Amino acid sequence: MENKSKYTPVIGLEVHIELSTITKLFCSCSSDHFAKRPNTQVCPVCMGLPGALPCTNYDAVVSTIKFGLAMGSRINLFSKFDRKHYFYPDLPKSYQISQYDLPFCVGGSLNNKKITRVHLEEDTGKLVHETIDGVKCSLIDFNRSSVPLMEMVTEPDFHDTESVVAFLKEVQLIARYLGISNADMEKGSMRLEANISLANSEERIANRLPNYKVELKNINSFRFLDKAIKAEILRQEELLLKGEVISQETRGYDEIKQTTYLQRVKEEANDYRYFPEPDLPPIRFTQDQVENIRSQIPELPSQKREKIEKVYGLSKDFADILVSDQKRAKYFEEALRQAQGKPMVTAKMVADLMINKKLDKEFPEPAGLIRRILEISNVKYSSNEEVDNAVKSVIMTNEKAVNDYKAGNGNVIGFLMGMVQKELNGKGNAQTVREKLLKKLQE
Amino acid sequence: MNTIPFTIRETKEGLLAKKFSAVELVDEYLSRIEKNKDLNAFLTISDEVAYKKAKELESNLEDLPLLGTVVAHKDLFLTEGVRTTAASKVLESYVPAYSSTVVERMEKAGAIMIGKTNCDAWAHGASGENSDFSPTKNPWNKKHVPGGSSSGSAASVAAGLSLVATGTDTGGSIREPANFCGVVGFKPTYGAVSRYGVIAMSSSLDSIGSFGHTVEDVETIFNVVKGPDGFDSTVTNGQSLITNRKFRIGIPKEYFIDGLDREVEKSVLTASQVFKDNGIELVDISLPNTKYAIDVYYIVQPAEVSSNLGRYDGIRYGNGRDLFGAEAKRRIMLGTYVLSAGYYDAYYLKAQKVRSLLIQDFDNVFEKVDAIIAPVSPTPAFKLEEKAADPLQMYLADIFTVSANLVGIPGLAVPSGFNSENLPLGFQLMAPRFCESTLFELGKLYQKSVSYVPKLP
Repeated sequence: MENKSKYTPVIGLEVHIELSTITKLFCSCSSDHFAKRPNTQVCPVCMGLPGALPCTNYDAVVSTIKFGLAMGSRINLFSKFDRKHYFYPDLPKSYQISQYDLPFCVGGSLNNKKITRVHLEEDTGKLVHETIDGVKCSLIDFNRSSVPLMEMVTEPDFHDTESVVAFLKEVQLIARYLGISNADMEKGSMRLEANISLANSEERIANRLPNYKVELKNINSFRFLDKAIKAEILRQEELLLKGEVISQETRGYDEIKQTTYLQRVKEEANDYRYFPEPDLPPIRFTQDQVENIRSQIPELPSQKREKIEKVYGLSKDFADILVSDQKRAKYFEEALRQAQGKPMVTAKMVADLMINKKLDKEFPEPAGLIRRILEISNVKYSSNEEVDNAVKSVIMTNEKAVNDYKAGNGNVIGFLMGMVQKELNGKGNAQTVREKLLKKLQE
Repeated sequence: MNTIPFTIRETKEGLLAKKFSAVELVDEYLSRIEKNKDLNAFLTISDEVAYKKAKELESNLEDLPLLGTVVAHKDLFLTEGVRTTAASKVLESYVPAYSSTVVERMEKAGAIMIGKTNCDAWAHGASGENSDFSPTKNPWNKKHVPGGSSSGSAASVAAGLSLVATGTDTGGSIREPANFCGVVGFKPTYGAVSRYGVIAMSSSLDSIGSFGHTVEDVETIFNVVKGPDGFDSTVTNGQSLITNRKFRIGIPKEYFIDGLDREVEKSVLTASQVFKDNGIELVDISLPNTKYAIDVYYIVQPAEVSSNLGRYDGIRYGNGRDLFGAEAKRRIMLGTYVLSAGYYDAYYLKAQKVRSLLIQDFDNVFEKVDAIIAPVSPTPAFKLEEKAADPLQMYLADIFTVSANLVGIPGLAVPSGFNSENLPLGFQLMAPRFCESTLFELGKLYQKSVSYVPKLP
């Protein structure tokens, strides 16, 4: 649009991430529910049967705290679960065990957007609407019931869709780097609700929030995220320009029509009748325990990008691409580790062959990529005589490995080849080295 | 069989000595149940399960802690394959897919389940009259209530329809009916026995206990069922901190108030004298916040009830929620109200604060004494329908029992004779958290001192 809008979008996010713990949050059923036969991963606890009681899976608590620490949140050393009441057929106890006033993590920020809180709750079952023998019916699958679900709430700090998308991609990446979830939107293991309203210039200057907000739900992929939020902003803008009042409501996104549609009008705030879950004792942590969890946090995407740029001297684009896929980032670093002592293999070369030539797909092991680099960089291989000498010296000095080999342990051949390459400063042709080494060992 | 023993120990010894067989025991109890049908103590008779277990025990007679102990479970305890109703029409046809921890542990220890006992629906009540399947009657006088909510369990043991019975005590639901029926009733420390598989009434108050003729028997059962099971996070292996064997018993003045029946008062004081005669020091004590206990209880308890009953939404258990009785509806409404936004702080939160004060009261007192003796209920068993029309009067029957639940301490109701109308009298002992052994020791001392001999009506 040519002329700038007189309204500024104000967007806050609620992000749900299903944690990939082995078992569910409050029972020992498997939490890996995707595409499993309905109601095959259930027990009295996650079905909410009479007399059943929850028992907390502390792996899920640790995952949540890891995530909070990665977001720079403060960890509540005294925390608890609460019951949140509402009736819905997929909620077997008529309450969801969630956290109300003492979430595990408070505050924090990412991409300069403030995070309000991160808490842990149980997921619900799933309704499946089917026609069976010509009769329309709703079925309930409890496989997902009580799977740990982490919820992050942000402040309304977003003013454009681009920053929302960038933020969520980073959140997804952090969850994957932490190993706490695959955070896959298509599979529902990462779900988004965006609270969207438009501030007029007066509100913007006074730094005041608009007096309404529309909750946008059902966005099932990154592909539609940008379109859905833009569609909703456009809808609101048109209404405001016509002087209409926008009502407090929940809307979904229609991927085909590319518009949002009304799901539910919020006439009054829900009364969830929260109270502390009496079946679960409060959870206390010491600062030492929190620090111990912090020490288990691996290098985060932002740190890895910085390292790739600063230490390896690559461009921001290269760093972004490598880091955006944890497997590739690992591959890249492993290749560089193996290239140590081979001055002809540079970080830039490895990255270039990975990103532009997709050679990491061709060679599932980084060693293959390194060999290819040595080949194409036209390296002058060591002469036969040099290889012969190196093999002889390695066999002389590695008596134990040689004996192991002769005793039938074929695995040591890799070690011996590595030693020969070391002698040759990595210039040995792998094929030649192998042949000569084997021959010598047979003698 | 002429006589069946009154204790677990004698039953076990008789079986091991082959004086009688487990099947004969089951025969006899079933015939007694049949003869006492008018008591309405049972909702379901599990004769097939009982005979199967009896034969299994006979085929391999072992010295198990509960060998041949015929038990009736309150119909709040889930029993796999055996209908469990909570005495509510809502669960009229519900057959559980699993058994509660207590049922399983007792079964493993050699107990024989004979059936499921009547109670106030969802354990809401102090007389048994809130059962959706008609009230249970007091075996000593059928015009009187047996107490509640574990009405059928108390009546079953009193009438000899089972040797022992299980119960739940949320505000007195074991101790009060034990007192009304003249049997021993035991409520453990909150968190000593797993609640897993017992239909929840009020999660922070429910305690899982038992009925028997002797203190030794409820102690034996406790030793079988207590301790963590991996399913109830509130259960711990609590340690009692008894340092001296020279007991002191406190007599709280707030429990001897206007409206306390004269004969009840006298029987409690007579029992105190028995302890004094055994060299135990009696100390006058005060629990000043006792007067708030009922108020606190009737906020916390309905709040949790309203939450726990939500799952019976008509979708999964056969019957719809229109079948909830008046008392359950009353508590659902009360509880929903006190948890509502804008009222939570004034009711639920405040009640929890007063609950802390009550805990402090008891903590203070237990620095001076090892146990407390008190009446269980202001009167002996009242007449059927005497209080049914007035819920508030009914709530006051719990006045001496709710504190132990709010504070989480163990309590033991012990029979001490009969009044002029031949209705049972008794007293209760309370001790600090996880000091069950104090209660058992004092209870056994009492029964030994008075040469207690159980009898059937």
